Amino acid sequence: MITLKNLHKSYEVGQNKLHVLKGFDLSIEKGELVSIMGSSGSGKSTLLNIIGLLDTYDEGELILDGDLIRNYSDSKLRNLNERKAAHLRNATIGFVFQSFNLISFKNAKENVALPLYYQGVGRKKRNRMAMEFLEKMGLEEWAEHLPNELSGGQKQRIAIARALISKPKIILADEPTGALDSSTSMEVMELFKEINQSGITVIIVTHENDISRETERIIRLKDGLIEKNIKNGFHKSPAEKPKILQTA
Amino acid sequence: MFDIDKWQEIFSTIRKNKLRTILTGFSVAWGIFMLIILLGSGYGLENGVKREFTGDAVNYLSINAGITSMPYKGLSPGRRLRFTNEEKKELGSLEGVDKSSGRSAVWANNTLSYKNEYGNFDIFAVSPDYKFVESLIILNGRYLNKIDEDDYRKVVVLGRLVDEALFKGEDPLGKYIKVSGVPFKVIGTFDDPGGDRDLTRIYIPLSTAQRVFNMGNYVGSILLNLGDADVEESLEMIEVIKQDLSEKMKFDPTDPRAIFVYNSIEQYRTFMNLFSNIRLFIWIIGIGTIIAGIVGVSNIMMIVVKERTKEIGIRKSMGATPWSIISLILQESILITGFAGYIGLVMGVGLLELLSNVLPATDYFANPEVNIQIAVYATLLLVISGALAGFVPARKAASVKPVVALRDE
Repeated sequence: MITLKNLHKSYEVGQNKLHVLKGFDLSIEKGELVSIMGSSGSGKSTLLNIIGLLDTYDEGELILDGDLIRNYSDSKLRNLNERKAAHLRNATIGFVFQSFNLISFKNAKENVALPLYYQGVGRKKRNRMAMEFLEKMGLEEWAEHLPNELSGGQKQRIAIARALISKPKIILADEPTGALDSSTSMEVMELFKEINQSGITVIIVTHENDISRETERIIRLKDGLIEKNIKNGFHKSPAEKPKILQTA
Repeated sequence: MFDIDKWQEIFSTIRKNKLRTILTGFSVAWGIFMLIILLGSGYGLENGVKREFTGDAVNYLSINAGITSMPYKGLSPGRRLRFTNEEKKELGSLEGVDKSSGRSAVWANNTLSYKNEYGNFDIFAVSPDYKFVESLIILNGRYLNKIDEDDYRKVVVLGRLVDEALFKGEDPLGKYIKVSGVPFKVIGTFDDPGGDRDLTRIYIPLSTAQRVFNMGNYVGSILLNLGDADVEESLEMIEVIKQDLSEKMKFDPTDPRAIFVYNSIEQYRTFMNLFSNIRLFIWIIGIGTIIAGIVGVSNIMMIVVKERTKEIGIRKSMGATPWSIISLILQESILITGFAGYIGLVMGVGLLELLSNVLPATDYFANPEVNIQIAVYATLLLVISGALAGFVPARKAASVKPVVALRDE
């Protein structure tokens, strides 16, 4: 589903170059539930942003759902690639952010319906589907409310509904529980697991062990490289997996 | 460009960002409103002053005799000069003179009477060609003609107000009024766009007046129509006239007090220059206003785009293409500026209409109005510049990497 080969990424910080990803290799299969861990500055968010085409990379290869993603910021065909990137973001990827990133002047239903607008789905159908997804999240009563009238857990569930509405193949979540209390975090995590069981690949960036423990595979980053790539035995999934730690 | 969904998206954004919309709209509407008021009042000023001119021809010289102030060929200064029929004829035959006429004010007892109605009015004794100096509109009957002049007929043409005062609605034609006790037959009445002062006059033939009122062969002023001469030609003509008269009437041609010439051609040009200066001034102010409007709109658009950076990032992460972002912002800006510009246009024109209906036309201000084409162009200019002002930052925001846009707070 996702393949990274020798991926490099550096940022310019003032005069210096900060080399964040130093020749990164990673492969994530379809239907996996993966968490990416690491201390701050280890490059885990950068990695997620590159996979989600929110950011560019300098060198290497990124293959997303069988598509080789060219480094669109450097290309002369930038506009074409931008359009392709936009299309992939819309159809293949769903994002969940730590700070929810709901549009503040749109109500819950409109926020959930937004990806469908960019798919060219008609307004009525959009709203009907958005209501369906809000119902799945148990938020149908809140459909007409603006984000600032909702709790953190509600906002995150709306953001998840928005990520799911375009029926993506991959869900990318950047610290999805970072702004939530622990019980809400667990509820959100259960949601991710359900989503994963429906066949969607889920990648979660987190620094909380409680969260990563719920995933099938834990990728630990350190200084822009994979420190550990662990099959998680604690992960409780319908398919019986050996409950011992396995190093991949 | 015109899919309904996009417009719904735009309208919902506008609805939810009322303050921003109102601020943008206000600066555009205000700019257009001010421009229209400016152009309109400038035009009103011009109309008012022009009205002053419509009463008279703008190609004539009015020559009056004065008192010499310089000795000439043994004659001492202080001599009073008077024109006679001879000078009138002489000047009328000069090359370049189209029509010539004489005019004398009758200074006798100015009472006019008809039956029991009396009034004091200006009595002007003029030649038939005087009609080319004052733009008279004959309401009834006719104007003085050559036969009246040649036969010393006692006929009179009444100004509209004189007619109203003496005849009180009765048909004046063919009736006799007494001019300083002498009966004159009314042959016509006239109107004059120049104003009321010109309407409290009566005109009688100059030849008749010279006989009846003991004016000898003297003529008060000589008026020369110069065809389509320009200012330079008229000034040359004045020199020729002075030379000519100086020989005939024996005065120093450089004497500033001997002959007075009112040059309507030069006067007209002075006013036309004044108008073009006023117009230039108004355009400078107007363009300034438009620039202020453009700067205002650009500013707001820049802030709007900055404010929406995070939203743009979110939209991009949901799969918005750069162009869809740009067109969303652009169409919103065009919609707001266009609508607000239209409001400003309607309000400006409305106020001008109100002013021209409520304010009485004075000597220096009449019928403020605006060239609607210019107003529409100005609005379009503002809309386009608003769009451009939005386009640059919108394109920049749309090309920013989503991760950067999302980081924006």
